[in-house]
Amino acid sequence: MTKPKLALNWTASCGGCEIAVLEIKEKILDVANIFDIVFWPCVMDFKYSDLEKFKSKEIDLCLFNGAIRTSEHEHLAKLLREKSKVLVAYGACACEGGIPGLANQFDKESIFQRVYVEIPSNQNKDKKFPQENNDMPEGKVQIPAFYDTVKSLKQIVPVEYFIPGCPPLEKTTWKALETVVKGELPPVGSYLGAGDKTVCEECPRKKEEKKIKRFYRSHLKLPEPEKCLLEQGIICAGPATRSGCEGACLKANLPCWGCYGPAQGVVDVGAKFMSALASVIDSDDEKEINKILEGIVDPIGTFYRFGLAGSILRRRKISQEKKG
Amino acid sequence: MNQKGFEPKIIGFLCTWCSYTGADMAGTSRMKYPSNIVIVRVMCSGRIDPTFVLKAFQDGADGVLIAGCHPGDCHYINGNMKTMRRYPLMVKLLEGFGIEKERIRLEWVSAAEGEKFSTVVKDFTAKVKKIGPLNWSVQAGVSKEASSPGLKEARL
Repeated sequence: MTKPKLALNWTASCGGCEIAVLEIKEKILDVANIFDIVFWPCVMDFKYSDLEKFKSKEIDLCLFNGAIRTSEHEHLAKLLREKSKVLVAYGACACEGGIPGLANQFDKESIFQRVYVEIPSNQNKDKKFPQENNDMPEGKVQIPAFYDTVKSLKQIVPVEYFIPGCPPLEKTTWKALETVVKGELPPVGSYLGAGDKTVCEECPRKKEEKKIKRFYRSHLKLPEPEKCLLEQGIICAGPATRSGCEGACLKANLPCWGCYGPAQGVVDVGAKFMSALASVIDSDDEKEINKILEGIVDPIGTFYRFGLAGSILRRRKISQEKKG
Repeated sequence: MNQKGFEPKIIGFLCTWCSYTGADMAGTSRMKYPSNIVIVRVMCSGRIDPTFVLKAFQDGADGVLIAGCHPGDCHYINGNMKTMRRYPLMVKLLEGFGIEKERIRLEWVSAAEGEKFSTVVKDFTAKVKKIGPLNWSVQAGVSKEASSPGLKEARL
C-alpha cells in the first residue's frame, strides 16, 4: 500500500509554524512513517515545478501556514488547493491573517515608503522601490507583486480545516494529525486539535467579580500569580479566544494574546474582545469611563492582534485621494 | 466624490422599551424624520454587540445610530450602562479603521421623547450626508468572500 502524501508550505509567516511541526519531537518519525512527505520547502529542497507535476488531488493532506501577502503566495495557495484532497490552514496567519495581517492598517505605498525610505538605517536617496518587472543584463527578471491587503488562506481558496495558534502547540498539532490519520474527519470548517470554548474555561486562575478602575498593558504591572488577570486590570484576550492551549501563557503569568483566534461562534474576535473588556469597567460616569479607556492605547493592535485580516472590516480604509 | 443627491443609509439600533417606543411616539405624533434610517429593534441597547455595528458598516451602511433608555432607566437595570462603556471604545476602534467618528452616534431617547428622536435622526442624517458615502467594500478595496464555498465534505 502506498503511503498518503503530505505537503507542508509556508507563505507570509515567521517560520515558527515550521518549528511547531517539529515540536511533536520524536513523533515526527511516526509522521514520516505514515506519510510520504512530498513537499516541504523549509526542510528539504523542492521546486515549485515538482509541485506542478502532481495530478489534481494527488496530495492527501496539506498543512499550509502563513497569510497571503504577495502574488507568489496566492499562486501557491491556489496550486496546493488544486493538488490537495484536504487543505488545512495551519497556525494563526493562515487561519486569520495573524501578525502579518496587522499591516492591513497601512497600504502598499505607505509600507514601501516606511521600509525603503524612512527607516533610519536605510540609504536610499533615489527612493528606489522593488519593481515587479526588471530588465537586467541577463534578461527579464520578475518578482512577485506585493498586495495592499493581507488575506487569510480561506479568503483565497476554500479550506477544509483550521489548526489555530501562534504557533499551534505540540498537543494541538498532534491531536489534529491523529484525527486525520484515524480518518475520523469532522465536518468541513472545523478547528482541529483545539477546543470549542474560550481560554477562560481552561485558565487555572481564580475568578471572582470583575470590576476595574484602570487598564494595564502587560508591561505596566506585575500580576499576582493566582488571580484572574482581567480582575487585576491587565488586558487579557481570554474571554474572546478559542480554548485548546490550556492557558499556557496564563500559567506563565502572562495575559492571553488571542493567538488561538475567535472562540467557537464568534464572527469578529475584536468586537467580542472589546465588548468583554468594556463590561468589566467599574464606572457609570461618562468622564470616568473615558479616562479608564485611555488605558487602551492601540485598539486595533490590542483587539485584532492575530485577526485583523480575518475580521469583518478586514483593513483600514484606503485613502481614495491617494489612489486617485 | 459626487455628494449631490447622495442619500445616506443609516442603521438605527433601538432598544425596544424606550427608544423604539420613542420612535413610535414620533410616528403617532405625526412628527417627520428622514426615511434614511432603517430601524432594528433590539431588546436592550446592551444587546448591541459591536459585531452588529461592524457588520452594518461592512454591508454598506453610511452611519449607525444606537439609542437606548436614559442612564438609570434601563428595563434590565444596567444594560445601557454596558453600552455607555462600550461606545467610546467602539468609536476609538472605528477611527482606527479610518471610519470617521461622526458616522456613529449614541443617544438616550425615552419613550416620551418622540421629538428628540426626530431631531436626532434629522441632525445625524444631515451630518452623515455632509461627510459623504462610506461604501466600505470599495473604500477598503475588499469584497466579501464566503468562507469555504463549495466544500461540503472532506475526503482523504
